Amino acid sequence: MAKSHKPVVWFPFAAGGTVIAFFIPVIVLLTFMAALGHVPAGLSYEKMHAFAGSGLGKLIIFGVVALSLWSSAHRLRCTFYDFGVRADTLVATILYIAAIAASLLSAAYLLQI
Amino acid sequence: MTQLKQIRVQLEVLRYNPDTDTEAHFQHYDLTCPEEWVVLDALNKVKADIDPTLNFRWSCHMAVCGSCGMMINGEPKLSCHSFVRDYEGTVIRVEPLAHFPIERDLVTAPDDFMEKLKRVKPYIIRKDKKPISEGEYKQTPAQLMKFRQYSMCINCMLCYAACPEYGLTPDFIGPAALTMAHRYNQDSRDCGRAERQEVVATHEGVWECTFVGACSEVCPAHVDPASALQQMKITSSIDWIVEHLIPGGKSAGDTVSREKAGDIK
Repeated sequence: MAKSHKPVVWFPFAAGGTVIAFFIPVIVLLTFMAALGHVPAGLSYEKMHAFAGSGLGKLIIFGVVALSLWSSAHRLRCTFYDFGVRADTLVATILYIAAIAASLLSAAYLLQI
Repeated sequence: MTQLKQIRVQLEVLRYNPDTDTEAHFQHYDLTCPEEWVVLDALNKVKADIDPTLNFRWSCHMAVCGSCGMMINGEPKLSCHSFVRDYEGTVIRVEPLAHFPIERDLVTAPDDFMEKLKRVKPYIIRKDKKPISEGEYKQTPAQLMKFRQYSMCINCMLCYAACPEYGLTPDFIGPAALTMAHRYNQDSRDCGRAERQEVVATHEGVWECTFVGACSEVCPAHVDPASALQQMKITSSIDWIVEHLIPGGKSAGDTVSREKAGDIK
C-alpha cells in the first residue's frame, strides 16, 4: 500500500485550525463590539490601517486569512465526505480553488494598502 | 432486606437466524425487573425465562471484557454498562453492532477488525533482543504515561460501530487498531514505528479519518482513539516533509520501504 500524500493539504488545514481557534473568536467579538460603536483605543481605525500598511502586518493578516480559508475548505470537504458525498476530487477541487482565489484576492487588497 | 424497586422494561430486539430467515426482524419482549438492572441483565432474563433461542455475546458483566457491545437505541454501548432505568417508559431497541456482519441475532462477526489489528503489529518490536539473564527493559513513570491511556482498549469495537468513515469505507483500518499502533509507537521499548507506518500513513490508515470524534465519545475505556489518530497525522506529516522536501532526508517511516526497494542496506 502506497503512503498517502494527504499531508500536503492536511498540514495547512491543521495550521489553519489552530489559527481559527486562537484568532477568529476574538475577531468576531471585536467586530461585533465595533459594530455597536465600542472600539478599544488600541484598535482604532488609524492604528489598524497603519498595521495593515506595514509589511509584517500584511503578512500576519494574510496568514490568518489564507490559513483560515484553507482550513475551512478542507473541513467542508471532510463534511461532504462524512455525509456520503463521494465525489471527493470534484468537491476538493472546487473548495480548494475557492480558498486559493479568496486568498489571492485578500493578498491583492492588502498590497494596495 | 428491602425490596428493589421494580420497573417495566420493553425490549425490541433484532432477530436473525441464518438457517431459517431471509431477513432480520424485530421481536418485542415485555418484562419486569429491578431498576438497578442493566440491559444485559434484561436480555439474560429473556433468554432464561421467555425465549431461550435469543443469541448474544457477553462474559464479564463489568465493562472489562468488551464482549457485549450492541446498538442500544441506535448508540453503540456495552449492554452491561447501560442501566434500564435510564430508558424507563420507553421501548429499548437493541440491535447488533453497526458496520459488522450479523452472524445470528445480536452476535456479529469481528473478523475484519481482528485482521486489521494484526496488520498494525500490536506488539513490541525490538531491533536487538537482549537475553533474559540481562533483566527487564526498564521504563520511567513518564515513559509509561505516554502510552498508558492507549493501552486501556478492551477491543469492544464500539468505536468501529460509531465511526461513519468505517461505515462508508470498510477498508479504513479504523480507530481501535490505529490507536493500538500509536500505543506501541509511543512505547520507549519499541523500535517498530517504521514498519507500522507502512499501514498507518496510507489512505486506508490515518488519512481516511476526518476527525468526527464519535470513537472517543462512545469509548467505554476512555482511550480517546481520536487523539491517537490526530497525533499520528502530525508525525506522519512530519515524515512526509522529511521524505519529500528535505534533500536526502529519510524518516522513520521511509526506511523500511527503501530497504525493501534495495535503496539502503
